[in-house]
Amino acid sequence: MEEYDLLIIGAGPAGLTAGIYGARSGLKTKILEAMMVGGQTALSPMIENYPGFPEIDGQGLMKAFRDHAERYVEIEEGFEVEEIRPTEGGFIVKSDDEELRSSAVILATGAEHRKLGVPGEEELSGKGVSYCATCDGFFFKGKRVVVVGGGNTAVTEAIYLLDIGVDVTLVHRRDQLRADKALGDRYLSKGGSIEWNTVVSRIEGEGKVERVVLKDTVTGEEREMAVDGVFISVGIVPKTELARRLGVETDETGYVIVDKKQATNVQGVYAAGDITGGVRQIVTGCGQGAIAALSAYEYITHEKWSQ
Amino acid sequence: MSELVKEATDMNLNDLVMEHEALVIDCWAPWCAPCRMIAPAVENLAGKYRGRIAFAKLNTDRNPLTPREYGIMGIPTLLIFKNGELVHRIVGALPENILENEILKALDMG
Repeated sequence: MEEYDLLIIGAGPAGLTAGIYGARSGLKTKILEAMMVGGQTALSPMIENYPGFPEIDGQGLMKAFRDHAERYVEIEEGFEVEEIRPTEGGFIVKSDDEELRSSAVILATGAEHRKLGVPGEEELSGKGVSYCATCDGFFFKGKRVVVVGGGNTAVTEAIYLLDIGVDVTLVHRRDQLRADKALGDRYLSKGGSIEWNTVVSRIEGEGKVERVVLKDTVTGEEREMAVDGVFISVGIVPKTELARRLGVETDETGYVIVDKKQATNVQGVYAAGDITGGVRQIVTGCGQGAIAALSAYEYITHEKWSQ
Repeated sequence: MSELVKEATDMNLNDLVMEHEALVIDCWAPWCAPCRMIAPAVENLAGKYRGRIAFAKLNTDRNPLTPREYGIMGIPTLLIFKNGELVHRIVGALPENILENEILKALDMG
């Protein structure tokens, strides 16, 4: 079994920075990424608040991060960690066909779109169910869709869809939007409609979205609406399944609790980036990644001395 | 466009499908960030399976008929054809090793 000092789970800004700091500290380090390097940042069309890069697209920035990290540290894409198991003096990190050992672990798995959790959502994902209007909206020109949510992101996506010629209905579970008033007004002035006090209780169709079942949250009444697409924009959630199974504590909103050293309650386990909540910026993810790696270095060297 | 990855269009798609026993069409658009993310993987796989699996890219902005015909509702979508028939589609950006496994499985080459 391959042995490491430090394994980093996740290759977004936090994980890549932790990799640079870990490897440069002299730790034998590897970064494991379940999907592709760059995380959510790589999908951002334009970033204007990362110092040194007044305007850069997310993918360009993450390519620079990757090239930089690969000078020092090995990155493996498509390595989906299934389990992190404590073992004497460290951890076993497992995928479905590989096991690695390491003295310390940094969790930098980030966050993902929150799901509605209704029947049909998963089965019809990519077949009319989408979590990104700017990615998939193009294929719904001249068609009818619902956008689920009431925050700034939901309304922004709804406006984008209207602008490209999609027939949009916003479905919101309350009687007023959480989004900025200016955004809501803009949406309505462009001819968008809103179903208030309404939730989507089912998404149906044969091989593609054909209709949604809407439920009135006041009367409980259900009715069908024929649509071609369902755009879900109900916030994001941290990816903490591995962390929780390892016994790492999370706060009431689900984010991993860390101290000033980015240490979790489990000895030898650190966390950095979106998984810890907060302002969730690229630059703060980097900062946390650096702190986590340096803390891991301190922990590992101290442990080794004391043995 | 590289030599390895052909250009597919609304006009030539049917010919490509008929000409190749195993064919992967990468449906993409210039504005699509996840499409750019998988482009290098498609290029690599085209090189690795040269002569066994044909790869082509179809720009959905310039070729609106194909997305409509195949009911594409998000990109990137990889359409996988075997002996002239659509046998599988992969929607969304996935790492190269997972794309490779799915493609081989769909083509019974795994």
